[in-house]
This record gives sequence, C-alpha cells and structure tokens, in this order.
Amino acid sequence: MEYKNLWVFIETDEGKAKNVGYELLNPGRALADKLGEQLVAVVMGQNVRPVAEQAIAYGADTVLLVEGEEYNTYNTDAATYAMCSLIQKYKPSIVFYGATNNGRDLGPRVACKLETGLTADCTGLDIDEETGLLMSTRPTFGGNLMATIACPDHRPQMSTVRPGVFKKPVSDPARQGTLVEEDIHISPADIRVKLVERVKEVAEAINLEEAEIIVSGGRGLKEAKNFQLVRDLAEVLGATVGASRAAVDAGWIPHAHQVGQTGKTVAPKIYIAVGISGAIQHLAGMSGSDTVVAINKDPEAPIFGVADYGIVGDLFEVVPALIQEIKAYKE
Amino acid sequence: MNILVCVKQVPDTTMVKIDPVKHTLIRAGVPSILNTFDTYALETALQLREAAGEGKITVISMGPDQAKAILREALSVGADETYLISDRAFGGADTLATSRTLAATIQLLEEKNGVPFDLILCGKQAIDGDTGQVGPELSQHLGRCLITYAVGLELTENGIKAKRESDEGYDYFTAPLPAVVTMNKTPYDMRWPNLTRFRKARVADIPVLTAQEVIVPEDKRGLKGSPTKVKRTYTPVREKNGQKLAGMPAADAAKKLVELMGAAKLI
Repeated sequence: MEYKNLWVFIETDEGKAKNVGYELLNPGRALADKLGEQLVAVVMGQNVRPVAEQAIAYGADTVLLVEGEEYNTYNTDAATYAMCSLIQKYKPSIVFYGATNNGRDLGPRVACKLETGLTADCTGLDIDEETGLLMSTRPTFGGNLMATIACPDHRPQMSTVRPGVFKKPVSDPARQGTLVEEDIHISPADIRVKLVERVKEVAEAINLEEAEIIVSGGRGLKEAKNFQLVRDLAEVLGATVGASRAAVDAGWIPHAHQVGQTGKTVAPKIYIAVGISGAIQHLAGMSGSDTVVAINKDPEAPIFGVADYGIVGDLFEVVPALIQEIKAYKE
Repeated sequence: MNILVCVKQVPDTTMVKIDPVKHTLIRAGVPSILNTFDTYALETALQLREAAGEGKITVISMGPDQAKAILREALSVGADETYLISDRAFGGADTLATSRTLAATIQLLEEKNGVPFDLILCGKQAIDGDTGQVGPELSQHLGRCLITYAVGLELTENGIKAKRESDEGYDYFTAPLPAVVTMNKTPYDMRWPNLTRFRKARVADIPVLTAQEVIVPEDKRGLKGSPTKVKRTYTPVREKNGQKLAGMPAADAAKKLVELMGAAKLI
C-alpha cells in the first residue's frame, strides 16, 4: 500500500482543542491540494465530537476520531499507541503535530517506533515542486540559523510545528466531510505514566501561545517589584504578561511566562517589549508577532530592528505615561 | 539508586553573532559548554541520590574527543563514572540515529553492570539543535516510561513523581521505574565543583566507547542512518523599518505612540 494523504494531529485537553491543531489545517489544506491528496485530521480526546466537526469546517476532508477516557488529558502511552496504530493502518505520507510540550512528546515517540524522520519546531512548510517531498524549515542554533529539512526515504514525513506561525483557516460550518470513529484502546496495564494532580496556580491562564496582546518585561525593569509596571500596562490593554529570559533568571516572574527559544513561541497581534534588549533567542520566540512595540533606553538595542513602533526612553517614565494615554484613549 | 545522565557539549549559542554583511554565523571565539538543560538534569540526579542516601551516577556523551571537557565537569560536581561515545561512524547523526546509538550504549553499560539504570535523565533539548527529540526517542528505543519537560522530580515509594508546567499552573505525573525523564529549567542551578573533585576530574581517565563496542548496524547509525537530511541553511533576516520615537519627553512619546496605534486600529 502506498503512503498517501496529509494528516494533522489535533491535541485536546478536557474536551477542548489546542489552537495549533486548527492552525495546522491551514498549511495542511494548501499542501494537500498541491499534492492532490486528502487532508485528514486526527482528533484524540474525550467527548470531542464538536472538535471533529470544527476540523471539517476548517478544511479537513476526513476526521479520524479517537475517543476514550484515557485520552481526556494527554497521556504519552495511550497517545503513542493510538497514533502508531492509525499510521500503520492508513499509511499517511505526511503528519503534522503542534509543537506544544505534548506534541513534542508524542512526535518523537511515534517517529522512533515507526523508524522515520521528524523535524522539530518548524516555522515553514512547503512541498518541493520536483520531488514532491515535504520541506520543513526550522530555526536552529538558538534562533541564529534557519534549516530546511527533508525526509526523502522514510514514511511518513513528520514535523512538529510551532504554535502561532499559521493563522486558523476560515471556518465554513456548511462544509461536508467524513467522520470515521476509530475504536482504539490500549490495555490499562500499558498506561504507565499517569497524570495524578493538576494545580491551577495562577489567577488567569498564562496562555501566551494563544494571546492576542502580550506585554513582556526584561532586564531593564531592574528589580522584581518593578514588574508591576508590566502587569499594569497589560491590564489596561487586556494583555497577557510575558518576560525575557533575563527577567525569569532573575526570579522576577515564573518560567511559564518566558518568551524565546527556551520559553514559549508567541505570535500575538501586538507584542510590547518593555526593557528588553532583544537577544536573538528572544527574537526567535516573538518575531512572528503582527505588530511589535519596543520601549528601551538604548537606541541601538536589537529589539528596535524588529519593532514597528519604538520609544527610545526611560521605561519608568514612558510606561506610566503610556498607561495614562491608553486609559484616556479608551474613554 | 542507579542514575544515568545524557549530556551534550554545545556552542554557547547566546554568544553567537551574525556577520552583518555576509549573513553568516560567526562561530570563532564561541565557547563550548555543557548544554544548559543538561546541567539541570545532572543537578537533579545529584539531589535524587542525596535524597535516596545512596546511588551511582553515570554520565554519557556522544561527540568528538574535546567533549571530554564536559564529562570532567560532570565528575567535578559529583558524577561517579563517565563515558564518551566517539567514532566517525556515529558522525552526522540526526535525532533518531543519535538516540539509537545512546540506547545501544545504555544497554551495553547495563549488561556490563549487571543491573539496569533506574532512571535516565536528559535535558529537555540541546541549545544548539533545539529539537528535544532525543530523550523521547531514547525512551521508545528502550521501551521505558517517559516524562518530558519536568521542572521538578522526586522519588516515591513506587517510582517517581514529576512536576510539569501547564497553561494554568502545574501538572504532576507519576511513573514506575525504570524511566526516562527530560528536564526543563529547574528552580535550582547546578552546584559548583569542590576543589578536591575538580582536581581529580582534571586528570581522570575518561573511557571512550567506539563503534567497536557500541554495536549499531551500519545503515542505522551516523549520517547514513539518519532519515532526515538538511537541504539548506540560511540566517534569518529580521529587519523592519519601524517608527522610532526618540529625543522627546516620555509623555509626548507615549501620546504619539497611542495616536499611531489608534490610527493603525491596534487599540
């Protein structure tokens, strides 16, 4: 049987899909059309039929629906077993996973089990006109270098893709597709790793990957208590709070807020960098933002090289003034 | 408690600069370091051994002869035994070929020791390749439990309990041993070496394992055994012609910025 069709894995958590799964249906549709093949979404979870229907509305031709208690939250053993079973049954030529922690847990296990290649954390996807091979482009070397990688002789060709790189497709609720229920259940004895406790530590979810506006603070804030300025600015804008590695390393804010190569990759509509010089590792994590605003006292700071709007000045004067102006503007 | 830690020597990518004219990487003068995330894995191993009251820590690395430097560093902070896996035959490996070679090495050491490693720790990713794939692939080769991206790890009666970041806070996972865990940034840093250990490590004999000892079929190792092929590399261009407001009082700059953002319908 020949390897055919392009698959997108859609991760769910307690019934809700991660946005990146839907986002991947966008390049997935385009590349499947280029190949003249079908776009298939694999939806795994519990009570996720609405997610499957949404995937069709977003452009999937077929949805393989894998439901069960063991898929309610991501389980490494159950997901690996189910995904490998499906790939062995249907033989897709390409599989995309969102590069979330879970996608980056699942992808390599599947690649290893099936002895095929996997390209991590991609930001660009294309089909080579001549060979029909998937060309996956990714930042490497701490964001200093881009590499385009192919998997010529092994199938499926697989990539994990960064959240926020592609926009969600336009939803068409009238679109028709095929929904196939897959009855796959791993023996409970083979589920060895278990989620035993979820702690919701923060008042609001730090969902940087899906945030529309982010205000991030860096070394320029000088000390922990000054981070309040960033929080205040975020509040008037209804934004999520991010941070540079320097601010996290200094202990001013938890690592979950970190944006950059070793933190989260973000692509909001507006990214406001406060007191962040813009090390390449930070830029690698936020340069996909639609509009970047930088506030820094050093006019030579690299952050200005990626900024649409910049204020060269003392953030301790600029930020309070900005909060006032935004409040006034909103009234 | 028998722990193995996988480490990698990497260029300090935070020190890499781009040639502004040729748009190429300037690697000269960039120091080679023990991968940042591997330092969290190593420190976690040291703390678990202390918590258990006994144990042995083995550290392995694949790379050229100069990678012995990071194994000496591991010895100097408290590792008991280290091995360098080094052979041209292993060169040019992608994550699948690398993890297969590491798995073969681990099986070799386990046979030699007569006992399996209770725990295998890796950093979540290397700061040069940034793939994060070797740890999960290693667990799959060895058929062992996997927990990825842990920010904390403790021993329990029946195995381990790991803390992992989630969107809302933290998730806790348990797994029986033996297991593979990849470590994210932990709240603690790797300890400093003590002087005695440091001196001993400097002259320690680091055993080298070659393709003669670590048996991996020829078509499953190195460049040839790697399903992924790099087709092209280039430096990213990130230049925008943004508007820079400089040389004006903060209040004026703030006002102007809000005007601009308002006009662009951003707020």
